[in-house]
Amino acid sequence: MSVLIIVESENKLLKRNAAEVASYGVAFAEKLNISCAALAFHATNANELGQYGVAKVIHVSNVSTHFDANAYANAIHGFASQNNVTHIIMGSSADAKFIAPLLAAKLNAGYAPNVIALPDELSPITVKRTAFTNKAFVHTQLLTACTVIGVGNNAFGVIENPVTCTVKEVDAENSDSNLEQVAIEKTTGKATIADADVVVSGGRGLKGPENWHLIEELAEVLDAATACSKPVSDMGWRSHDEHVGQTGKPVSTNLYIAIGISGAIQHLAGVNSSKVKVVINNDPDAPFFKAADYGVVGDAFEVVPKLTQKLKAFKALA
Amino acid sequence: MNILVCISHVPDTTSKINFIEANTVFESRDVQYVINPNDEFGLTRAIWFKEKLGAQVHIIHVGTPKSDPTLRKCLAIGADKAFRINTPALDGVSVAQELAAFVKSNPYDLIIAGRESIDYNGAMVPGMLAALLDIPFVPNCVGLDIDGTTAVAEREIDGGREKLKGSLPMVIGCQKGLVEESDLRIPNMRGIMQARQKPFEIVPPQEAIAATQDVKFEKPAEKAEVKLVPAEDLDQLIDLLHKEANVL
Ligand SMILES: Cc1cc2nc3c(=O)[nH]c(=O)nc-3n(C[C@H](O)[C@H](O)[C@H](O)COP(=O)(O)OP(=O)(O)OC[C@H]3O[C@@H](n4cnc5c(N)ncnc54)[C@H](O)[C@@H]3O)c2cc1C
Repeated sequence: MSVLIIVESENKLLKRNAAEVASYGVAFAEKLNISCAALAFHATNANELGQYGVAKVIHVSNVSTHFDANAYANAIHGFASQNNVTHIIMGSSADAKFIAPLLAAKLNAGYAPNVIALPDELSPITVKRTAFTNKAFVHTQLLTACTVIGVGNNAFGVIENPVTCTVKEVDAENSDSNLEQVAIEKTTGKATIADADVVVSGGRGLKGPENWHLIEELAEVLDAATACSKPVSDMGWRSHDEHVGQTGKPVSTNLYIAIGISGAIQHLAGVNSSKVKVVINNDPDAPFFKAADYGVVGDAFEVVPKLTQKLKAFKALA
Repeated sequence: MNILVCISHVPDTTSKINFIEANTVFESRDVQYVINPNDEFGLTRAIWFKEKLGAQVHIIHVGTPKSDPTLRKCLAIGADKAFRINTPALDGVSVAQELAAFVKSNPYDLIIAGRESIDYNGAMVPGMLAALLDIPFVPNCVGLDIDGTTAVAEREIDGGREKLKGSLPMVIGCQKGLVEESDLRIPNMRGIMQARQKPFEIVPPQEAIAATQDVKFEKPAEKAEVKLVPAEDLDQLIDLLHKEANVL
């Protein structure tokens, strides 16, 4: 029995969520009192996982350099079945959620996504995860010998626990692909909703796309990703990939700032697992005030530019 | 072209979520059930393929007779035939196995499912189904074009989009963006009448075994009252975010 932590990389470097997934995997293995290793594809800094308690990294570089879910799942499957891996720990990014079901089916494993804590029971392994799009939690038993666990974004946190880390180069046996990448478009140099520490989000209260500079300027000061409510993307003020909520992207960031968003149940469902929520709205009865930690009752067109100025000054001093 | 759309039947997005029997069972009384929104985007695209390319659109659901009104609605908005595998949906693994067994004996060119269901948020059925059938899979699908026996599907990734090409049959997990909200159809009287005449087949299950079991539910802790900061005193907000919440 052993734990295999799958960490993600991009442009040959570990992705930010690798630290949290590694921290969870190490703590999980300790709780079960079994050994653990991490597996990374094309990451020149894989040894940095030692910072989070990972003593051994399996590094695979004989697979496609761009993400290929099926080939990566085959590679992980091959390694796991030859090395008596019983528990696979992954993240919750779009790519992790692409691989996990493929892998679980190949391994005949039970899969629990959006897990927010270490197991509360060990036999069978029982984990707490979010359900009903953050309106509830469920404790799920994994009944199979082999399991796949997806750690929710920002749900467990990073635990620094430096150890010496050795990286072993291993060739994956099977890396055939059933999909060809035709094109990829990716915004560079800008925080993404999945990765950012802070998300600044605008709703219909901003009146029109021409006012979005308010959101963008605030986001820039905070190094934040920008997001929006559903009607804003439905009306084409912003592109679909910014739509957050129950039918859009989930947000679980450290700080979520909602501007001119009423706080409909479907919107809140998608953003509720963010740690700290701030609302700026001119209607003191807007439902968002019931879900937020901090609130400002006021006109976004006055409050937001002022807040941006003040934060600029604050950041300059920090 | 034959398209199979996998339908999940979920509580309406405005539903209050409560549990009974010592928090072990979801309280479904007074809950309005609907087509899972992600599946509805997929079904709408499938009906578009039916109208443009003359595709046949079948829908399939693993569940009990309680879901039949949801399946009838799918027929009313344009699906040609419904199948219900007659067993409660236990977990993602068993549902994927039931669907895989069905598709192995009833092949389709394209299998469309939703990105995830909005109740258990598993996001696992479409991927597992593709792996069990050993065919390509594209999740978070926001664009889909078919040319003969190949498909180009676009998936949303963190911070962008990726276009993937593969040969049919293929499974896609779709979401908003594949069609627009305004493309969704509301069943009209004629559709509802026609739906009654459309074939609706009950399929015996494989008795697939679940790999997971949900044993207890919990509701989030009550939220503390919001701290209001006057609009004239934004320094106070920055101070709270910095010192109290520790997020700046
Ligand atoms: C099936 C389904 C799924 C859905 N999924 C989602 C989802 O995933 N995400 C989502 O966001 N919504 C979703 N919705 C829609 C949701 O119900 C709401 O309609 C939507 O969230 C409202 O968006 P909004 O807050 O931007 O707009 P509104 O509700 O119109 O709110 C605008 C707010 O701006 C405030 N405002 C106006 N002027 C100013 C000003 N000058 N300064 C400050 N504040 C101002 C107003 O007081 C108001 O509170 C879904 C709905 C359904 C039926």
